[in-house]
Amino acid sequence: MDLQTEFGSERVFNTPLTEQGIVGFAIGAAAQGMKPVAEIQFADYIFPAFDQIVNEAAKFRYREGGTGVNVGGMVVRMPCGAVGHGALYHTQSPEALFAHVPGVQVVMPRSPSQAKGLLLSAIFQSNNPVIFMEPKILYRAAVEHVPNEFYTIPLNKAEVVKPGSDVTVVSYGQPMYLCSEAIRAIEKDMGASVELIDLRTIYPWDRQTVLDSVKKTGRAIVVHESMINYGVGAEVAATIQDGAFLRLEAPVKRVAGWSTHTGLTFEKLILPDVARIYDAIKQTLEY
Amino acid sequence: MSLNFLARLPRPARSQRTLLPSVKRWGSSISQRPGSDRVRFPGAVNSKFTTEMSFINPAETSSIPTYRVMNSDGVMLEKDRKSLNVSNEEILTWYKNMLTVSVMDVIMFEAQRQGRLSFYMVSAGEEGISVGSAAALTPDDVVFAQYRETGVFQQRGFTLKDFMSQLFANRNDNGRGRNMPVHYGSNYPRTHTISSPLATQIPQASGAAYALKLQALQNPDTPPRIVACYFGEGAASEGDFHAGLNIAATRSCPVVFICRNNGYAISTPTLEQYRGDGIASRGVGYGIDTIRVDGNDIFAVYEAMREARRIALTDGGRPVLIEAMSYRVSHHSTSDDSFAYRARVEVEDWKRRDNPIIRLRKWLENEGLWNEDMEQETRDQLRKAVLKEFGDAEREKKPPIRAAFEDVYDELTEEAQEQMKELKRILETYPEEYDLRQYEDGIKGL
Repeated sequence: MDLQTEFGSERVFNTPLTEQGIVGFAIGAAAQGMKPVAEIQFADYIFPAFDQIVNEAAKFRYREGGTGVNVGGMVVRMPCGAVGHGALYHTQSPEALFAHVPGVQVVMPRSPSQAKGLLLSAIFQSNNPVIFMEPKILYRAAVEHVPNEFYTIPLNKAEVVKPGSDVTVVSYGQPMYLCSEAIRAIEKDMGASVELIDLRTIYPWDRQTVLDSVKKTGRAIVVHESMINYGVGAEVAATIQDGAFLRLEAPVKRVAGWSTHTGLTFEKLILPDVARIYDAIKQTLEY
Repeated sequence: MSLNFLARLPRPARSQRTLLPSVKRWGSSISQRPGSDRVRFPGAVNSKFTTEMSFINPAETSSIPTYRVMNSDGVMLEKDRKSLNVSNEEILTWYKNMLTVSVMDVIMFEAQRQGRLSFYMVSAGEEGISVGSAAALTPDDVVFAQYRETGVFQQRGFTLKDFMSQLFANRNDNGRGRNMPVHYGSNYPRTHTISSPLATQIPQASGAAYALKLQALQNPDTPPRIVACYFGEGAASEGDFHAGLNIAATRSCPVVFICRNNGYAISTPTLEQYRGDGIASRGVGYGIDTIRVDGNDIFAVYEAMREARRIALTDGGRPVLIEAMSYRVSHHSTSDDSFAYRARVEVEDWKRRDNPIIRLRKWLENEGLWNEDMEQETRDQLRKAVLKEFGDAEREKKPPIRAAFEDVYDELTEEAQEQMKELKRILETYPEEYDLRQYEDGIKGL
């Protein structure tokens, strides 16, 4: 598929190599009613554009107020996450940094059909700036049927991927596969029933679906690739203890990257894997 | 229980920016002819070879000249030049618009000093740049400004009531009481709401201009439109300046960048801001049509802007850079005492030497269009009008409390609704701790 040949070089084009320029340019186009879909080559290189996202895109509608001008048409796509050998600057998942910013929606799909439905929602249905993070390890690994026609998957809505009754596992993006594998093993080994939830939208997130699940199971684990400190897991765990305190039968566990950088040769030891998720479920069930 | 599926993955999907080899051959990659006197490197296609090793020394090149039309006595420099093509009525409007900004500045600066306003920034010495350039725009053109362009808003129809509503963050404020004073904004003529982070508006202006260009392609009946983008010489040191001008050039965007070079970025003089020939010399480096003008000469600013607008609309779109020279006569803001870093005599000298308002006044008087009586009467009227709107705006209610939560997203999130409920509970539980009378509808406004 060659989008530039199909739609023309006015609509699909290279920019100079400047992330702050790319995002600023997209904000300007969106402010005049266009629907720019900007790409940052790797999520690791979004930081030069952090000011444009946090101070500008996120606050645009709020500060314009009564003029009604906004940049809701824009989407910023970026490949994220580990690939096995990406080291410090081809591995990061900065979703938690953006989840601290009111005004943007932060989305991460787990599969091709989900990527299409969520991206179409981000472009055509969301009237807010969207940070769309694509786990790049899945670009060529994940294969599944994807409908050819236009369809959307709602933003800000979590999905119960697998129902269960003993413990809730909350995750998103690539670790969803690790969770599935760990759940298969633990259900076989311990005869437990595990509920798996994909957040899909990291902010604003679907708190109700997670709370309903934990009120049912009484136990929860949050899994993500990015660092544990101040990560998405912290917000989810705090929300669970606040909203489901009397139903909790074990502490909410967080399985996430250790609070270090992703040194090339240490990746397997730093990021959550099936063993760590398996162990966390086991400990939570046995608490 | 293994990471088998990771092992099946290919090498990194996209480790570098590449075009498919079959796509196209760029003009810049034409093969070198044998014996050619020019380089055919793709990065510089028209560069001659030389055997002389010579570094280009910026100090040895002369400064870009400053375009002016009339001298500081308000006298046209070229007697037989073709006329401005502007009516005397319109020029009188420009003059009154500059006066309005100037009168409002003095009153509001004083109001801030009395604590009736939280903050203010005057435009003293730069009224000619903002009014003169805005006069060359159409209402359909889009403006991104920095914060010292009150004259642009005035020239584009912002009323005293609009200014005062914003300054007092009352319920009539376009910004719904959310922004610091002087962060004005209007939907039409579209002059985007000012944001404090410097230079962020520059790449945004390029993107907005690209949008106007695409919209013109999609609908050829739309009137020709450009984007005008204002910033100071200090903001031009930000990375966003580089990003914005470079991307405007490579994507051929119909945008005019107007740099107000007033000599200071708060306390930093230009000597510590840059060592090149101002900002104008950089435009050439980006491949952008560039001019330096006398910012105290409203006719020069207007003419340069009118021509820049024409250039910006040629060939489907082209960026232009105008560097308008002036002097920041006032303090940077009400939070600044500029005599801590510059001599009072320097400022007094500039006040005496040259000023865009006095210069135009002299021209008007030479033409018999203005006199001392008209000046006094107009100043009195403006002062009264400003004070009336000042009083009205100060008494007006603030927006309802829910405006604190609205417009973060297009709809209130579930989380925001919960937090509003919680704030309401707090306000009801501790009513003596909060004075809600100033907000429209009090607690019901939440």
